Amino acid sequence: MNRSSVAWLFLAPALLVVGVFFLLPVLAGLALSLTDYDLYALADLHNLRFVGLHNYWALLHDPQFWAALWHTLYFVIAGVPLSLMAALGAALLLNSPLTRFKPFFRTALFAPVVTTVVAVAVIWRYLFNPKYGVVNFVLAHLGIHPVDWLGDPHWAMPMIILFAVWKNFGYSMIILLAGLQAIPADLYEAARIDGASAWRQFRHITLPMLSPILMMVGILTVSGYFQLFAEPYVITEGGPLQSTTSVLYLMYDQGFKWWNMGTASAVAFLLFVIMFAVTAVMWRAGEAREGLS
Amino acid sequence: MSARRAGPFAALAVFALLLAGCGATRDHKTLEFWTIGREGEAVVKLLPEFQREHPDIRVHVQQIPLTAAHEKLLTAYAGDSLPDLTQIGNTWIPEFAALHALEPLDARVARSKDVRSDDYFPTVLATNRIGGVLYGVPWYVDTRLLFYRSDLLREAGFDAPPPTWAQWQSQMDAIRRTSGGKRWGALLPTNEYDQLLALALQQHVPLLRDGGRYGNFESAGFKRALAFYVGLFKRGDVPAVTNIQVGNPWDEFGRGAFVFYLSGPWNIGEFRKRLPASQQDDWSTAPLPGPDGPGDSVAYGSSLAIPVHSRHKAAAWALVEYLSRPKVQQRFYELLGDLPPRRSAWHSPALEGDPKLHAFREQLERLASTPQVPEWEQIVTMMQQVAARTIAGQLTIDEATADMDRQADTILAKRRWVLDRERKAKP
Repeated sequence: MNRSSVAWLFLAPALLVVGVFFLLPVLAGLALSLTDYDLYALADLHNLRFVGLHNYWALLHDPQFWAALWHTLYFVIAGVPLSLMAALGAALLLNSPLTRFKPFFRTALFAPVVTTVVAVAVIWRYLFNPKYGVVNFVLAHLGIHPVDWLGDPHWAMPMIILFAVWKNFGYSMIILLAGLQAIPADLYEAARIDGASAWRQFRHITLPMLSPILMMVGILTVSGYFQLFAEPYVITEGGPLQSTTSVLYLMYDQGFKWWNMGTASAVAFLLFVIMFAVTAVMWRAGEAREGLS
Repeated sequence: MSARRAGPFAALAVFALLLAGCGATRDHKTLEFWTIGREGEAVVKLLPEFQREHPDIRVHVQQIPLTAAHEKLLTAYAGDSLPDLTQIGNTWIPEFAALHALEPLDARVARSKDVRSDDYFPTVLATNRIGGVLYGVPWYVDTRLLFYRSDLLREAGFDAPPPTWAQWQSQMDAIRRTSGGKRWGALLPTNEYDQLLALALQQHVPLLRDGGRYGNFESAGFKRALAFYVGLFKRGDVPAVTNIQVGNPWDEFGRGAFVFYLSGPWNIGEFRKRLPASQQDDWSTAPLPGPDGPGDSVAYGSSLAIPVHSRHKAAAWALVEYLSRPKVQQRFYELLGDLPPRRSAWHSPALEGDPKLHAFREQLERLASTPQVPEWEQIVTMMQQVAARTIAGQLTIDEATADMDRQADTILAKRRWVLDRERKAKP
């Protein structure tokens, strides 16, 4: 036995698991997306037709798909920077030598991540209730008219974004905090001796040293946020007027509610292609920056 | 796929088991019975008597939560693991009949002394019949009608609830006027399709045409219903809100935020539980108003059905017969408040003596069933989404109905293909 076959032997269990539980379902899903598998096909396989790229073609001509894609992009474009800024801000505060009760704040800021989305969503629905919610109550005291936060198609998505950012930033925060703690203190010392201001220290030491981790957190957040589903599912049920229906929500409806597995698989693969393209561009951009510095 | 291939083997295995069962000492049959939602809790209390009558049958009740029930039944079908007997929403029966998942029951009903088909409310029984074949026995019925605040209606100057659309509308106009805009006429959540559906069914124009091949939303009848429904919002009689925004409709009803509420029988129990004793005489129920005189409403409910692969069909049928007895159905009503689907079961003090149930008893004689195609749930969900956009002013009535037909035709494309192929197959 040479070294390489031993290596394969050790890899085999992992490869087997990846193959059976990941690769195979993905290939099956791809095959499914080229058919019109639905309730009739479930009843009788003779009702299954190979339709080639028709599912994809039909989706690209479906205004509902484009609307869902736009809602998802809106969520990603607004939610990811907000989430990253909140995470970085919180991490910087927690890392500051001036902060007291660090373990307490760290736990408190991380707490939303481990709460169950359904329970918290119910509370948010009450907070933002147009009539009895505490948010409108406070705004009324400031002389602002009550806003129908979850019932107005213009406000519902911002609410979902706010909820998702609040719920998720703690996770990125912990990773960024670890990154901050790994930056050698002597860099800051040297900068202080040279008379660099706090802002310049942040701009020229913290950010560059943190950039690989920021890139990783960014990609994780983007790919996570593209898969928006649970938040609108429990808070708004995709409404009002479909304004919070995401691509994944569309897939769920088609696949698990209406049993149109062919269409649902096509939605999944379109989302995969989009996410792959976006993260690849981010990756390239990150590498190019690193090459420059 | 695998389910189909497993079929003969499973049948063989069942046969072998049955043989073994006959040969061995009198073994207990265990009947798998799936229930949906709260019915499971109540049915357990009805079972001891059944087991006294049938000591050889053991019933194992499994409760499925309502929100997951449809998916669970479909996946169980795909995995060939449906139970011996199941509760099933009567609007799902077309779907499971298309899957050939359910046992035809006509012969058993014809022989039965307990299940008398002429005793059932005809429309409710008809929802269980697909292409002339009976696939389920109604277990309880459910429909939608008006709950209203009688004190507030009197305050606006009316002694009786409205029998027609026109009077309903003018009562709501008056409520808005006399309360100075403080109260709404009615609550019709824009993300629930039952209300518009009930109004549309009152037109007696089919919602799908050509045997469920195409949408028929551009018919004059449906347009009338949609125009009336959207008009209620446009006039300001009804707020354009979803049930998510309302949150707690019972409290709002108690506070008098709206006078009419279009809902189902379970809310009798909810209002009794949630409103204070002092308010119990201030609310009542009324049959649904129609375009000209009392109109139809939706024929919902749950049925008992035996999956084709059930291993104990005779035992399952025995339980269906037991649960269909008027006496048992009366007990079932007392336990849970589910309305009996047969007329004779209504002859009980608990049902006949309850004034809030009178409107339901009357409405049950005026029901209309929804189109029996497997895609109906998807179509009616789409209908309401387009209707909500119409309420928001994004579409006119004509644009909305054209869009509904276009989308319904797309949803039904596969059905047309399947039907055409079946027709060619047997010339």
